[in-house]
Amino acid sequence: MIEVDHLTKRYGPVTAVSDVSFTVNKGEILGFLGPNGAGKTTTMRVLTGYMPATEGRCVVAGYDVFEHPIEAKRRIGYLPETPPLYSDMTVREYLHFVAKIKGVPARDRARRVNDVMERTWVADMANRACGKLSKGYKQRVGLAQALIHNPEVLVLDEPTAGLDPKQIIETRRLIKELAGDHTIILSTHILPEVSQTCQRVVIINRGKVVAVDTPENLTRRLRGSETMYVQVDAARADDARPVIERIPGVVRVAAGDAPGAFEVESEAGRDIRRELARAIVQSGLDLLELRPLRMSLEEIFLSLTTEERGEEERPAEVVQ
Amino acid sequence: MTNVLAIAQKELRSYFASPIAYIIIGFFALLFGFMYTSILDWFIRQGMQMSMMGMGPRNMNVNQQMIRPLFLNVSVLLLFILPFLTARSYAEEKRTGTVELLLTSPLTDLQIVMGKFAGAMALFGVLMAITALHIGLLFFFGTPEWRALLAGYLGIVLFGGCIVAIGLFISSLTQNQIIAGVATFAVILMLWVVDWLAESVGPRTGDVLRYLSMTAHLDDFVKGVVDTKHIVYYLSVIGFGLFLTVRSIDAERWRG
Repeated sequence: MIEVDHLTKRYGPVTAVSDVSFTVNKGEILGFLGPNGAGKTTTMRVLTGYMPATEGRCVVAGYDVFEHPIEAKRRIGYLPETPPLYSDMTVREYLHFVAKIKGVPARDRARRVNDVMERTWVADMANRACGKLSKGYKQRVGLAQALIHNPEVLVLDEPTAGLDPKQIIETRRLIKELAGDHTIILSTHILPEVSQTCQRVVIINRGKVVAVDTPENLTRRLRGSETMYVQVDAARADDARPVIERIPGVVRVAAGDAPGAFEVESEAGRDIRRELARAIVQSGLDLLELRPLRMSLEEIFLSLTTEERGEEERPAEVVQ
Repeated sequence: MTNVLAIAQKELRSYFASPIAYIIIGFFALLFGFMYTSILDWFIRQGMQMSMMGMGPRNMNVNQQMIRPLFLNVSVLLLFILPFLTARSYAEEKRTGTVELLLTSPLTDLQIVMGKFAGAMALFGVLMAITALHIGLLFFFGTPEWRALLAGYLGIVLFGGCIVAIGLFISSLTQNQIIAGVATFAVILMLWVVDWLAESVGPRTGDVLRYLSMTAHLDDFVKGVVDTKHIVYYLSVIGFGLFLTVRSIDAERWRG
């Protein structure tokens, strides 16, 4: 549904996005994850036809965004970083105007406007001027505007920015509901958002794609080495360390967050839980807790975007 | 066409949703009313003097002595007012980010520009309606030549169109309304006075300068003469201004 092919965007000498490629399948929600200034907004702006690419191309719903901008734009709903509201129009007027320029037929407009206002919970503010709305309402009117022509593709730049926690949950639920009928690409720098809403994640850093995968796979893949959390009775904590270190396959033992707790790192792909438990019990220590430590997406994100900084040459792992 | 109308309607609405339209219309009406009254007063006194000298008011021509100076005054008013009408059109969209909505909607650049042009011209049309109301009164008390009057209006509308087209272009270059307004004013004023040097720069350059002058082309219209030469001039300026605006939006895209 969305195809981004070797996209590069330069602003004069500055390269904002460099050789980014990914695809989004129909009905899928793709998360676009990266720190501020990574090139998320630039990619989305190229994708929506706001600005042309320096190199590469974007195809949306079968139309090249640059070659057939009108056809492509008809099929895209876009929520920019700042909701593009006319502050002196009321919400209803504004949505009517957007419906008109997005090509919604005159007889459907009133119905569509009411429809999206219901869906994005802004109906109670229908006659309020856009400029007088709170940040959360503005964001939702922005979302309503993106939905107005029922586009096949939704491009949402930080859709939950500025919302309160309840609204964030509601918005995520709405986005999930919309998937299926719509293909969605959303950007964010909030990690839980990705694991909660997206089926696939593109991690982008300094203009380059660092990884494309499902949130689960990323978590798994990043656990190159397995880490166990072990806690023994604190009274004999000092005796525990040599016992653990002697177990075959253990790479590193670090002190944990509590007295008697350790984080035990083992070789990749090697399950040492049995040996670990046995060794501790056999040496007469009291085993209180033993569990694998899963890396949260947050850590993945941090490790991906910090570790690779030294090895720019390494090709980005792109899953097509 | 629907798209152009949609943009034009939006423009017009945003003029009226903010105080801009009311301020512009209000002050235009005030100043125009003042000019109208004083020219009318002068015209009446002139007429009385003529009849006292025994020449009779018959020799007075409403078109030449009343409407023509009035139109020239209107052109001065427009020089001051129209740049501030167009100043916000793009500058504001860029500043608030709504330009992102327009440029990612299924609209061509030309539709956006034409819509904005039409919107500004519609408000300009309101100003013209105010003048028509005043001038219409003259028909009750005299017999103005209506064809000459229409020629004058044609000239004024083309003249205003030029200011709007140039103003749109300048507004598309900046995010700042004040810069857009002042720059437009300066450019129009330059085109206004450009022929002042015509006498001293040699015959050929002088002709060029005279041809460039916006006001020189207006005079024939307000006299009641419709000359294609002047129509071509005004339409070229409007066309060129709008063309530059379209190019400027496109260039902005590439610059990012």
